[in-house]
Formats: sequence, C-alpha cells, structure tokens
Amino acid sequence: MKTVKLATPLTTEDLTPLEAGDKVLLSGEVHTARDAAHKRLVALLEEGKDLPFDPEGAVIYYVGPAPSRPGQVLNSAGPTTSYRMDVFTPLLLRHGVKATIGKGPRGQEVRDAMVENRAVYLGAVGGAAAGIAAAVKEVEVIAYEDLGTEAIRRLVVEDMPLFVVNDVHGRDLFEMGVAEYRRGG
Amino acid sequence: MRELDVAEITQAVKEMSIQSNIVLGEDVKRAIRDAAEAEESPLGREILEVILENHDIAEENRMPICQDTGFAVVFLEVGQEVHFTGGDLEEAVNEGVRQGYGEAYLRKSIVDDPAIDRKNTTDNTPAVIHTRIVPGDRVKIQFAPKGGGAENMSEVRMMTAADGIEGIKDFVVDRVKRSGGNPCPPVVVGVGVGGTFELCALLAKKALLRPIGEHNPDPRYADAEKELMRRVNDLGIGPQGFGGRTTALAVNIETFPCHIATMPVAVNMQCHASRHTEKVI
Repeated sequence: MKTVKLATPLTTEDLTPLEAGDKVLLSGEVHTARDAAHKRLVALLEEGKDLPFDPEGAVIYYVGPAPSRPGQVLNSAGPTTSYRMDVFTPLLLRHGVKATIGKGPRGQEVRDAMVENRAVYLGAVGGAAAGIAAAVKEVEVIAYEDLGTEAIRRLVVEDMPLFVVNDVHGRDLFEMGVAEYRRGG
Repeated sequence: MRELDVAEITQAVKEMSIQSNIVLGEDVKRAIRDAAEAEESPLGREILEVILENHDIAEENRMPICQDTGFAVVFLEVGQEVHFTGGDLEEAVNEGVRQGYGEAYLRKSIVDDPAIDRKNTTDNTPAVIHTRIVPGDRVKIQFAPKGGGAENMSEVRMMTAADGIEGIKDFVVDRVKRSGGNPCPPVVVGVGVGGTFELCALLAKKALLRPIGEHNPDPRYADAEKELMRRVNDLGIGPQGFGGRTTALAVNIETFPCHIATMPVAVNMQCHASRHTEKVI
C-alpha cells in the first residue's frame, strides 16, 4: 500500500501504477454530481450535446454537500453511496471521465467499463464529511442550480484524502478486504 | 390537564435537530474508540481514526458530522393528561425541523413527491412523526435524523414460525452481508420481530435508538444479539467495507406479539453516525 499524489486532469499514465488499497491525495478540479444531475448529464450525452464541464480526464465526486455558512468555503461534504450512479457511469467513462469518488461497491458493468476505459473508482470515508470539507479550497455552482444540494459544483481540492477501490487492472478493494478478514463460512 | 404550548415542542425539536446532527452520543463515540483499538486491519483502524477525528472537527466547527443530515424521524410519547395549545402539534414539529435545519445550515434532503416530481421541499420537512399516547402529563421527544444510504439497505421479510429464531438470525446476517460497504459500516443493526408488516419495521427503527452496550431484557434475545454481533463481525466487511473485524457496533432486537400465522422480521440499517437525542417536557 503506497500513497500517491495526483493532480487533475487525470491521464491513463497517472492511473496505471495505482493499485486497489493505495492512498491517493488528489489536487485540482473535481465536479460534484449525484442522482438527479447524472440523469441530466446522461440525457445530454444521448442527445449528442456537450456536458457543462469537459469530461476528458475529469473526476466526478458523488456528493450533495450541506449548505455553506457565510464565510465558509464548503460545509460538510462526504461521499454518497455510488451504486445508484452505476447505470450512468459507463457512458461517462466512455466520454473521458477518469475517476469517480464515492462510497460502497460498484456493479460489474461499471468495473468492466473501468478496465476498458482505464479509469478508477476512489473511496472517500463515508460519514467523515466535516473533515473532507477541509480539503476543498474553492466552490462554484456550474450547472443545475435548481437542484439545490444536487447541483453540479466545481470544487478545487488540495490533497483530498482517498483510497483506490477499483484500479485499472480490475482489482477491487471490497473483495480483497473481505477475503482477508472473513472468518468461517 | 396540563396545558402545553406547542411552541415548546417547536423549540425542543429545533434544538434537537441541531444537536443530533453536530454532536454524536458518547455511547457511539466510545464504541468506535473501542473498535479502533481492537481492529486488526491497519486500513480499517485508519478509517476508524478518521471517523473519530471527524467527530471533533464537526463539534469544534459546528458542522454536521455527515452531510446527509437525514430525514427527521421524530418519536413522540404524549401523556394523556397533556392538552396542547397554540396550534397543531405536527405542524409544531415540522416548524422545529424547518428552523433547526435552516439556522444550522443542515442539508435539506426531502423531495415532495417520491416517484414523479422529486422536487426538494427546501426546508427538510415534512418530518416522519410516530406518536403514542401514554399515561401521565409529560411529552417525550426522540429525534433521529436518518440518512438515506443505510436506509436503502433495510428490508422487511414475512417469515414463518417454522423459520424460528435461527431463521431470523440467518436473515439478519445475510442482510448485513448483502449490504457490504454501502450503509457506511461500522453499522448499528436494528431488528424488529413480530407485530404486523408495518409494526416490525417500526420496531426495527426503535431498536436503533437503544444506547450501545445495552441488550434486550429477555436473556434469550440478548444472547441472539450477542451471537449476531459475532457472526456479523465474522463477515469481514469491516470499516467502510474495506475489510476488517468491525462491521457492526451493535445488533439490537425489539419484539412484539404476533399472529399465529406470521413472523414478520425487519432489519433497519444505521450508519456509524448513529444520531439521536431525547428530551422530556
């Protein structure tokens, strides 16, 4: 298990050395999107339209932050459960998205799409939301303001602490972890 | 008759909504600290440390522990000698939620229509309110913000008498296993057994409010809770699902009599941010 510093936009060369279980400190731009925003993003792609951000090398963070107080960059902002986005993820990966951030395991189709498109899935610690917000230096709503917490935000992050869950080689931290610590049947 | 202005209910719900979302109960913090000491997985230990550190950051900065500040689930036990004045009791609870979630910058996570419009109500109302009328002239309020991620891993199953206690245990273990890392382990597992289809789910929810470390007063169910803790933690899911010994902080069973033909069982999953507060007025 190693610690790797990464900066966006991400490339296949950046991601190839990563292995499930590694720690990542991510800096640069991250775009937030969860259920409602994903539905709109995928509708845009299916209509052949551009996304509100450049997907090439992009990172999507599954989060709906708590509203910020005056003078606060971002209030608590931990990951939401990722499987709900599984149905949308392969298409986004085919359009160049290189990493998604969330919590909980991904379905087989997403895992296959990650290997095919050389993308990774990174885990943030669910429920550690106040601590994660400290890594966020800038926030700007760039699309779907009507969705409130589900709007797409551009975050600028510095050394955001993450774990590699699925690497580009098809490994899965959930499977590895359970195999190591399961007892009995 | 004791007269009670519903404005007092609003004030209490407002304070409890803020307190529950920012400061975790000592019992839960202690359980996570103990788990961090006992955890065999280095990654699991590190995650538990991050979770503990997050409690301090949230408290110091008055930030919510988790961005998902939940559905406001409110249990009211109303003494039958109480006469409410000044307005509608349920509206008073909702007003407390509205004020608390607004003033403390908590996330508004409720949509008005579940299946078609899904438009945010923007003030986190309505609350889910469960009211019981009990003897006396007091009002007990329990406030439990319930996050969506763990709620999604919950299940009701209509089992049969032939399944018995062993069948119930297998169902609970299987439910936790299939949940994996989704509900933000280490989890608290609430199990409701008996009653009817809807009552067993309510029992499972109530089981989540029990302080960690306490067991069902019936020693047979207390033993089942202890066995389930061992079996669930033997699954190896661990903190966040990345592998380890700590999958659950507690398994709590609540029971109720049931019909000769039925044995309803509900499992309600709760993430490690097991938030709830209580007040008696």
